[in-house]
This record gives sequence, C-alpha cells and structure tokens, in this order.
Amino acid sequence: MAEEEEEAELSEKQKVEIAKWFLLNSPPGEIQYVAKDVKSILNDDGVYDEASSEAFPLYNKSHMICLQMPDRSGDVLVTSFNELDVNAFLDPRSAQVAIVDHVKQDCIEVRPAKDEELPSPYIEEFRCALDAEVMRYVDEAYPKGVCSVLCVNGKDVDGPGSDFELVVVISAARLSPQNFCNGSWRSVWNVGFKDDQQRVEVKGKIQVGAHYFEEGNVQLDAKHECEDSTLFQSPEDCALSISSIIRHHETEYLASLEASYLNLPDTTFKDLRRKLPVTRTLFPWHNTMQFSLTRDISKELGIEK
Amino acid sequence: MQAAMGLMRRMPPKHTETSLSALLSLLPDHSSDLLSQVDQPLQVLRDVDFEKEFILCEYNRDADSYRSPWSNKYHPPLEDGCLPSLELRKLEIEANDIFAIYRDQYYEGGISSVYMWEDDNEGFVACFLIKKGEGRRGYLQEGAWDAIHVIEVGPEQEGTTSYRLNSTVMLSLTTNNESSGSFSLSGSIRREMNMRLPLADGHLCNMGRMIEEMEGKMRNSLDQVYFGKTREMVCTLRPPSEVAQMRMPES
Repeated sequence: MAEEEEEAELSEKQKVEIAKWFLLNSPPGEIQYVAKDVKSILNDDGVYDEASSEAFPLYNKSHMICLQMPDRSGDVLVTSFNELDVNAFLDPRSAQVAIVDHVKQDCIEVRPAKDEELPSPYIEEFRCALDAEVMRYVDEAYPKGVCSVLCVNGKDVDGPGSDFELVVVISAARLSPQNFCNGSWRSVWNVGFKDDQQRVEVKGKIQVGAHYFEEGNVQLDAKHECEDSTLFQSPEDCALSISSIIRHHETEYLASLEASYLNLPDTTFKDLRRKLPVTRTLFPWHNTMQFSLTRDISKELGIEK
Repeated sequence: MQAAMGLMRRMPPKHTETSLSALLSLLPDHSSDLLSQVDQPLQVLRDVDFEKEFILCEYNRDADSYRSPWSNKYHPPLEDGCLPSLELRKLEIEANDIFAIYRDQYYEGGISSVYMWEDDNEGFVACFLIKKGEGRRGYLQEGAWDAIHVIEVGPEQEGTTSYRLNSTVMLSLTTNNESSGSFSLSGSIRREMNMRLPLADGHLCNMGRMIEEMEGKMRNSLDQVYFGKTREMVCTLRPPSEVAQMRMPES
C-alpha cells in the first residue's frame, strides 16, 4: 500500500467532511446512534462538534422530523419550508415559532409568531382550508402521520390577481430500534396557484425508507415523483380537490410499492439466484467425480465452452 | 473498532465502499481489522493467461497483487508471492472446477473463484466466492448478488473433521420506471455454521453441501425475513388503502 499517503494525517476539515457524510447517511431515526459511533471514532470533540452542528440541521430538515412543542400546543415539523432561522421553525397552525436544538433534536421553547412571519389573511384562508383537509386525510391514512401546510411563495399577496405557492408536507416515522427496525415516509407536495391560468398545479415527491438490522443490514430506499392539476376555485373547493389529488397519488404509489415487493421472489430474485438448480434437485456433491470426468472428456475432445 | 462496526450496520449497504474507505482514512491503525471484518462488494480481474475472470478478496491478495485461481499467478505479477502447497493447490483446482458447475446451476451465469491456504493449526482455510450481476433482465433493472463463504477446516481426528463456515451475502436490487419511481432494496447478512463431518465423502463434498445449505437459508431469510420486514414497515407507516377506506365515513 502507499504507506506515505496513508501516514499523512487527514486535515481537520477532511475529518469534519467524513463525519458529516456518516451523519447525513443515517437511516431514519438513527442519527443519534450514528453520532455516538462517529464521536468515539473521531476521538476529537472539536471536530465532532463542528460536524454535528453542520450535519444535524440538514438531516433534521431532509428527514422532516417532528418535534413536540413544550407547552403541549402540538407538534412542529422541521423542514426547509418553514425555516425562519437556523433554529427557528414556524408552525402556522398554532401561529407559533418553535426554537429547536438540532443536535438534541428537541424543541426548547416557543414564541408567538410575528405578523410579518405569517401569511396575509387572503393566503391564510387557502392555507387553513387545505390544512384542515390534509389533516383529515393524514389522520385516516397514516396511523402516526404529521402534516403541515406552509406558504413558500407570495405569502403577502392580499387578494386575487397574483400567483402564490403552498407546500403540503407529510411525515410519518416509525421507530422501533428494540425490534431492529426503523422507517419513514415523507411526502412534499408543491401546490402552485396560477392566478392568470386559473389553475392549481400540484407536484409531489414521495420518499420511503426502511431499515432492518437484526444480524444484518437491509435498507429500502424508494422515491417517486408525480404531477397533477386542478381548477383554481374557492379556498374550500381547492382544499378538497388538492387533498383528493394527494390521496389518489399516494394510494396509487403505495399500490405500486406493494407490486414491486410482490415481484421480488418470482422474477427479481430468481434472476440472481434460483431456489433450486436448473435440474430441480440439490447439487450432486457426492457424485462430482462424474463432472470431473465429463470435463476431462470434453477437454480431450476440445468441446469445452 | 466496535464503533466502526456499529456504523457499518447502519450506513446504506449500497454505500459500503465509501463507508469503508472513510473508516480506513479515519482509523489507519485498524486498517487490517477493517479490511478483514467489513465485507465489501467483490471486484474482478482478468487472468491474462486463461482469458477468464477471477474474483478479488483479502484471501488471494499479497501486497497489491491478486492470485488467479486459474493460472495460480499473481496479477499484477509478483515475485515470491505466497502460494498454497502443491497438495492444497490440487484441491483448489478441483474445487474451482466443481464450484463453477454449482454456480452455473444455481445462478445461470456469474463468476466464481475458490482460494485455499494452509493455516497454523494443521488444517486449512478455503474461501468460496460468487459474484452475479444483472442488468435489465425482465422486470429487474439492476441487481447484484455477492456471496463470500470462508470455511476453516480443522485437522483430521478419528476420521472426522470440523468445519466452521462464515458466510456473507450482499444483495442489491433496483428497479426504476416512470410510473412507480425508483425502488431499491440492498443489504448484507452474515451467518455462521459449524459442523463435524466424516471425511469419507471428502472435503469438497462436505464443504459444498454446507455452502449449498447455507446459501439456501440465506436466500430465504433475505427474501422472507429481511425484505418482508421492510415491507411490513411500509405497511405500518401507511396501511394499504382498503384498511383506510373502510374507516372512511361515507361522504
């Protein structure tokens, strides 16, 4: 091996990058376990602190983790869509701002949202109506789902005549490390209200991950994107049609995931390794001399493949 | 080391190579432990004399060269690279021939290599490797199966020998299409099996049967248990629609 290069110490910056890579690749709900291992491997608190302070916020947002607000006012989702500041996340449903500790994955305190952080009353009507419908759907479809509807574009639009954009985020995680199994479902639906075309464009991204690690390490990573659209109507009618679009696409996607699983044993798996040999009997190990002989004969006759 | 192995149990299996090289750079002092304990996807080289591919692993490596089971030569060439004894080499040649037939019957393709070497306690160690990769065949768009079987064979005692088999299977399956997006399942599992068997049937027969049984069990666990568990997880996150629809009020 190239000893000289191996001996050359990694720079602190390289170590931070490597530590971040491990943290960001943690399966759903497992970043704390990964952090513990990374910390002990690094054996350098300075490097670890820098890596974790950079990686945790990214991980929390991409996994859209859900934190309980301290005053029992419900849950807040940590996403890039409601991020006011590195540690501050808006919960439009309760009109509060949650201050979070990313590394501890904890909500430390909440404060009332300021007026300028909230959408205009016109937008809020659409947001609130959609929130109610999506919440109803999520309650029905996900045993442990959390959702939020956020305005990401044009939150100060105060009446008809301008475009604006809402985002519906749905996050469901099931963590049972005692059963060596963790998983998460995350969907993000961008809902663009196009005033001039009087249409609402819906774009969805769904990501499903699962990790099973009893005496092994098996992970599912599934992603799907889709698009749809509906008419620009009253806030209530929009809410109904958008939530039914979401319901329809997510139900269909789940069915296609099921189909992928059903296809595994018969087609996918068999292509790699059969359950039994082509001869449909176990391999004749006791009789391998026969193979050696046929080999010798085919070699002699020059008919070897 | 414990923390390193802990990480390997959590990192996405499709990123095993990146994880391992990251660990090697953070823990240069543990490099030999890491290389022997972390299984990584198998690589192949072409034997120039036999025009046949062979599989690389820690067990046929000496310095930066790998010994081919076909020509018994190191690639790239290495002077006084470590070789098995003549007697063991004979068994190795036979094992490679037979294992290739076994591999063809179960895998309908792929590459296999068998390596053997003497160990310190009058026995020997054999390593059976299989690599199978598939691209765009039927529904499966991309799939890979790598199997590593290492058997420690003890010295003969009253006509029997002990066999300790350690097996790893690394599997990845990816399907990708417009209507259902990308679907990727990947993982690795490791199992051990110990047996004491009469030598009457010979080493190859004993080892072969153990491997065949082990591969069958591991294939079954991956299919039923491991993939089953991730599927169960998906259904826990969002139960299939029939259940949800039943709970929906008539509107």
